Amino acid sequence: MKRKLLLLIPLLVFVVLAGFFVVGLDRNPREIPSPLIGKPVPKFSLPTLSDENKIITEKDFAGQVWLLNVWASWCVSCRTEHPVLVENAELIGVPIIGLNYKDKRSDGVAWLARYGDPYSFSIVDADGRFGIDLGVYGVPETFLMDKQGVVRYKHTGPITIESLRAVIIPKIKELKEQ
Amino acid sequence: MKRAINSFFCVAIFCFLNAAPVWANEAIPTETDPVAQKRAMELAAKLRCLVCQNQSIAESDAELAVDLRQQVREQIAEGKSDKEIIKFMTDRYGDFVLYQPPVKGTTIFLWAGPLILLLLGLVGMFFLLRKHAGKAGEATVPLTDAERARAAALLRERSDSEV
Repeated sequence: MKRKLLLLIPLLVFVVLAGFFVVGLDRNPREIPSPLIGKPVPKFSLPTLSDENKIITEKDFAGQVWLLNVWASWCVSCRTEHPVLVENAELIGVPIIGLNYKDKRSDGVAWLARYGDPYSFSIVDADGRFGIDLGVYGVPETFLMDKQGVVRYKHTGPITIESLRAVIIPKIKELKEQ
Repeated sequence: MKRAINSFFCVAIFCFLNAAPVWANEAIPTETDPVAQKRAMELAAKLRCLVCQNQSIAESDAELAVDLRQQVREQIAEGKSDKEIIKFMTDRYGDFVLYQPPVKGTTIFLWAGPLILLLLGLVGMFFLLRKHAGKAGEATVPLTDAERARAAALLRERSDSEV
């Protein structure tokens, strides 16, 4: 009897392994948890895309919930994301700030003129240093900040209408009520 | 001859794999200082490139890897310690950026797992061997005289027929 139970061990090992693999199938290996969640947004002091003499810092957003969307004219998946932002800017209901990441100013301006501008304004991170502070590794990325300027959520990759409805907008509502 | 050709190819491939690192011709502030340069290389080899996840930032040609190598070199030039530079990276990209995960609560099974499995295996082997050792002991009960005589007869019969 005991011997027969021992024979079940390989089956058990297989079931446990298969369990891990099945869960692994559904997870996205490119999505890396951000250590920034729950921490204040990194300090920055960057010019806007429309006026290089106008400097914006993180303090300009005190007391409001805001979205920071990292984009670039060279970024292919930003094209799929962009219409979602343009069409739903009102629905989102908080300022969307663009972060024009490692781009040429003229390219960025032309890109917005061509595809529409959902942003309150865009700031320019030409050398990608603020991007490193944010832990950006794949554009587009989107960060949601609460009224105290703490990062509450990060979305890696293009925002889709589904992720907007299911996750981002509910989170924004929750943060606005706080 | 064939062997010589084979070893020639091995050496050739090995040389190719060890070709100059991809950052050989970037602007390098630490270039003039071989010690700092070596440190930068070693640090970069420990950090994972987040764009192409199976390469270190020393190996990768992705733009982010170039930027991060630049960061490493600048921070070395500023006199930061290896620990401070690693912390700079993990503060931004998390433990994922490290090829060698730190030992902590969530990674303890990862670190201890192989040892636990090895111990389990040893314990299992110990019991299995002990059981078999017992059986082997039973088998060495000496033969009775009758059995011995029969065995001798069988052996004799066999050697006769072989001739």
